[in-house]
Amino acid sequence: MTVPPKPTPLLEVEHLTMRFGGLIAVSEVSFTAMDREITAIIGPNGAGKTTVFNCLTGFYTPTVGRLTMHRKPPKTPLYLERLEAYRIAHKARVARTFQNIRLFSGMSVLENMIVAQHNKLMRASGFSLAGLFGLPVYRRAERAAVDLARYWLDRVNLIDVADWQAGNLPYGAQRRLEIARAMCTEPALLCLDEPAAGLNPRESAELSDLLTFIRDEHKIGVLLIEHDMSVVMTISDHVVVLEYGRKISDGTPAEVRVDPAVIRAYLGEEEEETPPEAVQRLAGGA
Amino acid sequence: MEYFLQQLINGLTLGAIYGLIAIGYTMVYGIIGMINFAHGEIYMIGAFIAVITFVILGMFGITWVPIAVLIVLAMSMIFTSAYGWAIERIAYRPLRHSPRLAPLISAIGMSIFLQNYVQLLQGARNRPIPPVIQGGFSVMERADGFNVSLSYLQIIIMVLTVVLMFGFTRLINHTELGRAQRACEQDKTMAGLLGVDVDRTISLTFVVGAALAGVAGVMVTMYYGVIDFYIGFLAGIKAFTAAVLGGIGSLPGAMMGGILIGLIESFWSAYFTIEYKDVATFSILVLVLIFRPSGLLGRPEIEKV
Repeated sequence: MTVPPKPTPLLEVEHLTMRFGGLIAVSEVSFTAMDREITAIIGPNGAGKTTVFNCLTGFYTPTVGRLTMHRKPPKTPLYLERLEAYRIAHKARVARTFQNIRLFSGMSVLENMIVAQHNKLMRASGFSLAGLFGLPVYRRAERAAVDLARYWLDRVNLIDVADWQAGNLPYGAQRRLEIARAMCTEPALLCLDEPAAGLNPRESAELSDLLTFIRDEHKIGVLLIEHDMSVVMTISDHVVVLEYGRKISDGTPAEVRVDPAVIRAYLGEEEEETPPEAVQRLAGGA
Repeated sequence: MEYFLQQLINGLTLGAIYGLIAIGYTMVYGIIGMINFAHGEIYMIGAFIAVITFVILGMFGITWVPIAVLIVLAMSMIFTSAYGWAIERIAYRPLRHSPRLAPLISAIGMSIFLQNYVQLLQGARNRPIPPVIQGGFSVMERADGFNVSLSYLQIIIMVLTVVLMFGFTRLINHTELGRAQRACEQDKTMAGLLGVDVDRTISLTFVVGAALAGVAGVMVTMYYGVIDFYIGFLAGIKAFTAAVLGGIGSLPGAMMGGILIGLIESFWSAYFTIEYKDVATFSILVLVLIFRPSGLLGRPEIEKV
């Protein structure tokens, strides 16, 4: 039996700070997401989780901080904070989904999957000219693209509805399609923003299976924002906890679960030992 | 009957030209949600490139018609594409994230600039060219000698338009550029995150639209035989009317709107008064905007919840 190689750092976030005017949304956050691991970012609402994602995918330029995306040697690491959004997808191979679904609802399910392979096809078709005249070069590339799309549609049980308009799919199916579409970009890091939101328990379990499959079979890193603790605690290898834009804990699910700082963030400050006077009076009957 | 048939032929020819220009309006609106008022000027520049190329070809003695026309078409498309690209780069891209009014004003400014630019370089006088393609069929002849004619040029215009529209529809529906373009129409941010270079896609949209307008410019030069620096304004507004009539943002709508406007103009001139043909066209614009703002084939804009 061969020993699987140890996970190596994939994404290093160092001293990430994002300020909007006087509001500090994220402050001095550092963590590392490993290759072939699922890293979850959790925290109460407004903790700055989505802001971290927006910095990673080029929506915001961080006020301070370095976001290093490691690539397979001999390729040099890329600094995400310096890249435009489409290069982050194309060159650094970071894919993401959103809290609210953002499919191309007017296009078919299959077309959604093929748009995600845009750069590959654009190169193969010589800026669409070969496609316009239906040259074999393009046909081959297109067939390969459709094959990849079918693989993922099959994986998320959407192969039967490949010709539907994406906007007509039920909610759960749209969520799955978003993940499948992101995987069609062949990412090195998949960032998912609350993928389990609005799913029922059975669908959440399927999602957990899908994510572990992506990690184990496709050997990529997954970065996950999620509120559904049943998903987070079962599949994550590593959990980062944010509160008010600061990192308060970082470790394995088991470590994080018992961290007093995390419990405080989620359940509030523990009450003082002595109950207030009025309660004492009532209890004592004095 | 014969008279009607003749007007139908004339109307379809004119409509083909409007349709080609209208596509540029509708495509740009679809992808960045603005009306490119400089598009009519692109068509005018296409016409001027055609005249200049014809003259140069004449100097070199290349007068064999099929070759000459092909070269003229190619030159015109190349130059108008370059203009289309440059206009987007200079006048619209810097304003991509400004309020909607800013690029609109920039477009009007660009339009005025291009008109004056051509006027300065080429002079304000009409530019005539000798007829390039002559002759035609006599489709029908009436007893009193009225002839329904279908000229070779009209056939060429219509056939070329059909070929271009076919190729264009294929480009949008079955190629990577078309797919990227439709994706950008729906959600530019998401398209970018999937690796689509949104700026490049928008540039190519302008290039394709401008090339089609360039062809329309060549057609009109050959059809009427005389152009001036001001033709872009009226033709542009009429093509815009065509795009609105068909439903702005809808490609089949633009083609259909173009044909309809051509027919309306031609029949109005024939049966009513030729002086009021533009009034008829623009009344259509007013009526469509009042009673069916989404046009014939456009989807009504649904308020998102």
